[in-house]
Amino acid sequence: MGASLTINGALVRADPSGALFWPSASLLAIADLHLEKGSSFARSGQFLPPYDTSDTLDRLAAALRRFQPRRVLCLGDSFHDGAAAARLPPVEADRLRRMTAAHDWLWVAGNHDPAPPAAFGGRVAAELREGPLCFRHEPADGALGPGEVCGHFHPKAGVSARGHRITARCFVTDGSRLIMPAFGAYAGGLDVLDPAIAGLFGRANFRVLLATRERLHLFSRAQLGRPLPRLAPAG
Amino acid sequence: MLAAARAGESALLVAPTGGGKTLAGFLPSLIDLAGRPTKGLHTLYISPLKALAVDIHRNLETPIAEMELPIAAETRTGDTKASKRARQRRRPPQMLMTTPESLALLISYPEAPAMFGGLQAVIVDELHAIAGSKRGDLLALGLARLTKLAPHARRVGLSATVADPAQLADWLGSGMAGAVAKIIGSGGAKPEIGILMPEARMPWAGHMALHALPEVYNAIRNARTTIVFVNTRAQAELVFGELWRMNADDLPIALHHGSLAPEQRRKVEAAMAAGRLRAVVATSSLDLGLDWGEVDLVIQVGAPKGATRLTQRIGRSNHRLDKPSRALLVPANRFEVLECRAALDAIEAQELDGEPPRIGGLDVLAQHVLCVACSLPSAADALFAEVRSAAPYRDLPRTDFDDVLAFVATGGYALGAYDRFKRLRQDTDGRWTIASKQAAHQYRMNVGTIVEAPMLPVQFKRGRRLGMVEEYFVQFLEPGDSFQFAGQILRFEGLRDGAVEVTRSSAAEPKVPAYEGGRLPLTTELAARVRAMIGDDRAWRALGGEVREWLSIQRKRSVLPRRDGLLVETFPRGRNFFLVAYCFEGRNAHQTLGMLLTRRMERAGFRPMGFVASDYVIAVWSLRPPRGIDALFDQDMLGDDLEAWMAESSMLKRTFRNVAVIAGLIERRHPGKEKSGRQVNFNADLIYDVLRKHEPDHILLRATRQDAAGGLTDIKRLADMLARVKGRIVHRALDRVSPLAVPVLLEIGKESVYGQGIDALLDEAAEALIAEATSEDTAAQGTLL
Repeated sequence: MGASLTINGALVRADPSGALFWPSASLLAIADLHLEKGSSFARSGQFLPPYDTSDTLDRLAAALRRFQPRRVLCLGDSFHDGAAAARLPPVEADRLRRMTAAHDWLWVAGNHDPAPPAAFGGRVAAELREGPLCFRHEPADGALGPGEVCGHFHPKAGVSARGHRITARCFVTDGSRLIMPAFGAYAGGLDVLDPAIAGLFGRANFRVLLATRERLHLFSRAQLGRPLPRLAPAG
Repeated sequence: MLAAARAGESALLVAPTGGGKTLAGFLPSLIDLAGRPTKGLHTLYISPLKALAVDIHRNLETPIAEMELPIAAETRTGDTKASKRARQRRRPPQMLMTTPESLALLISYPEAPAMFGGLQAVIVDELHAIAGSKRGDLLALGLARLTKLAPHARRVGLSATVADPAQLADWLGSGMAGAVAKIIGSGGAKPEIGILMPEARMPWAGHMALHALPEVYNAIRNARTTIVFVNTRAQAELVFGELWRMNADDLPIALHHGSLAPEQRRKVEAAMAAGRLRAVVATSSLDLGLDWGEVDLVIQVGAPKGATRLTQRIGRSNHRLDKPSRALLVPANRFEVLECRAALDAIEAQELDGEPPRIGGLDVLAQHVLCVACSLPSAADALFAEVRSAAPYRDLPRTDFDDVLAFVATGGYALGAYDRFKRLRQDTDGRWTIASKQAAHQYRMNVGTIVEAPMLPVQFKRGRRLGMVEEYFVQFLEPGDSFQFAGQILRFEGLRDGAVEVTRSSAAEPKVPAYEGGRLPLTTELAARVRAMIGDDRAWRALGGEVREWLSIQRKRSVLPRRDGLLVETFPRGRNFFLVAYCFEGRNAHQTLGMLLTRRMERAGFRPMGFVASDYVIAVWSLRPPRGIDALFDQDMLGDDLEAWMAESSMLKRTFRNVAVIAGLIERRHPGKEKSGRQVNFNADLIYDVLRKHEPDHILLRATRQDAAGGLTDIKRLADMLARVKGRIVHRALDRVSPLAVPVLLEIGKESVYGQGIDALLDEAAEALIAEATSEDTAAQGTLL
């Protein structure tokens, strides 16, 4: 169950998987796939399970089935490092090629993959401007302009209730701009209250959509970081 | 002791503190070295505490100097300078004092055979505190390696009083040719223990015992030197703060717990050793270690949780065998009065609580395999035999060993995806050895089995570091909030470069950081005593008027829980129906029971809303009255429900994180050395989820499940209880709350559930909690969506 929202006047749908669907453009955006992050760490002796690419593509395939987009936009950091494409297991590489072939596929460059590899099909661009929206990997000049949709920050947020804290990936928006959660299986998170994220938004309209397995939950800035009132069980 | 040493036998010496154990352990080595001076390392001393190793070294220097013995004794810990460490590897002293972690490091160097070849004796101090833990696994493997390098070295174990010395001797002597001589010291004078029944009313609930602190203060005033033991670091901060508020005499009272900066702790220990303190408020950070002859009173604030632990804590006072130790137990609530009495009876009857032997962790084994490979090429068969000679790994299946080896070499994944990124390689003889210097360096940076929750340093602006708090606590702070830490009230200014910046404050109601762990559940033995005591009104006389009256009214209004069987009460209250079960199986077992009961009640349509667990009872509340109590508590709840819950539980995720760090899958965070980067590298939970989905039988998941099952001895307790009470459940349907149920109801909402408790809620109620929290925000939703 996702949530519909308007960003700078464009009606989009945020999905608990971390994908963003723009129906009128038939475009599905995902950010920060970080393919082959696991094997990147294996090179330095930390043998993370070599299944992150497979897992990420599984979830991507599921999102493609659900939304049936004509166009797909990968919002940068799709490949964890410059050699990731070479390390991609052949079976996953094939799967990726079939996906790009079936869609109008755009790789937006990110800081981890300034030049996304051509080997898997699709086109490469620095950004996509269309209608009221501008998709870029990270904000230009450290400021997020109206209609900008970015990845890069891997936002996560925590809420507290009854003395307990629940942390999850999230979308961050103020109705004008949007930061997307990371889609990659091993992509860690940065708390939205960190100045790197919070500083991009004004305090007033700052909202997060927290993703649990099946739902998105809306929280205001005031609800993050402070424990919520406890609920008395006995009446 | 000397006889055993002359015969080359290993020995276990069990004696209360103050029996001169440590000296007895060293005596044969001193005599040997005085008579036949040798070059090279002769005696290795291993202690669980750095401070203890340092102190023993100091204590040995005196006789060595006085007798002008030609013996060099040195310490080797994480604090030893790199140049000295390198020299120690090349030219070791005759006696070396170290810790299990430093031993692991020492044997990981190629110089290890030369360094340890002439070793004659290994002394393990405070063995009771090491065996039975992952640190014990690491040490057992280290000892096995030492025996390989120096087959003639005997082992000497020193231990405080334990329930089962034979078990400890078996641990110590595993893999040695001869038997272990057991030397059990005499108990010394019987301790004098009292229970403090304060003037103020005995509280119904709570753990801080603030009501009794005036009397505690008086006791401190009347003693020479007192250790005030508490159960948690939060308790330590609060009790310390309160004692200072009433400290009209300006008595020197200090604070000691594991989160304080090491310099701060050393200062307190030194002041204590010099007799400059009248009291120190301490957690288990002072359970072990230095002999302080000056201490003449031990006060235990809050329930003791186990008779063995209490005995060992009491043993910290009056280190003279001819004089009794003096101790005072301070129960914080009514159930704790029962528990204190039970502990006292258990000590009187000399019935200590023991634990079953531990099965060695596969994560620790992985670390050790890497350690051995860093030192020397090893054949798999020989290494397997060596590992099996360590007691915790006695029954290790070969397949587990092979899987661990494969994990260390290349990750051990089904597809062999990382074969090109080897950490170990095989030489021409098929022996395993470390593949690169970088891998050896990584091992040495990550050695050890203690994995702390993520912590952040606390420091003054431009100034001194006070210690560490859990990152979790900091998430709840806003700039301007005040909190109590290191005995001071501090104002949170903000996070800077990964540190919690503070200034002094005088706020009236500061928060107190809570910490994961540290809270031990009530032992099975004490639980049985508490049950028996409630059922026997002749025993009530010793409990004081208020508690006696409380139990009498319970008998009138409902019924008393019996020694066997299980009392379950149900009653309406407000809009809810409560079910309270008097299980007395400890908090952890009750948490699990709460999870399972609510699942089952959900299915039965009773609409459970929540539960709260104490060490004594579990209370569940629901919107509809629960019926069919016998069926609710049927043993089959430990089947599918438990498995389903375990697989999803964040307790397993946290266990996985520890296993992954110890096994070397994830590198340790080195506080202060992290990049102050914007993104954490990766999150162990994400890795757990992916691994579970794609390779559920991977060795690290097996290690995780084994760890969780071992750590969850509470599940065994639960199973035993459900079997015991079958057909003997007494159900009382009441029209209102019973006296015995009041304490647990008071815990609802007040109890800040932490650790396993949080899992319980997160795992099953995450969605519900968020929904509750969100409901207030529907207005905002309207404007945005």
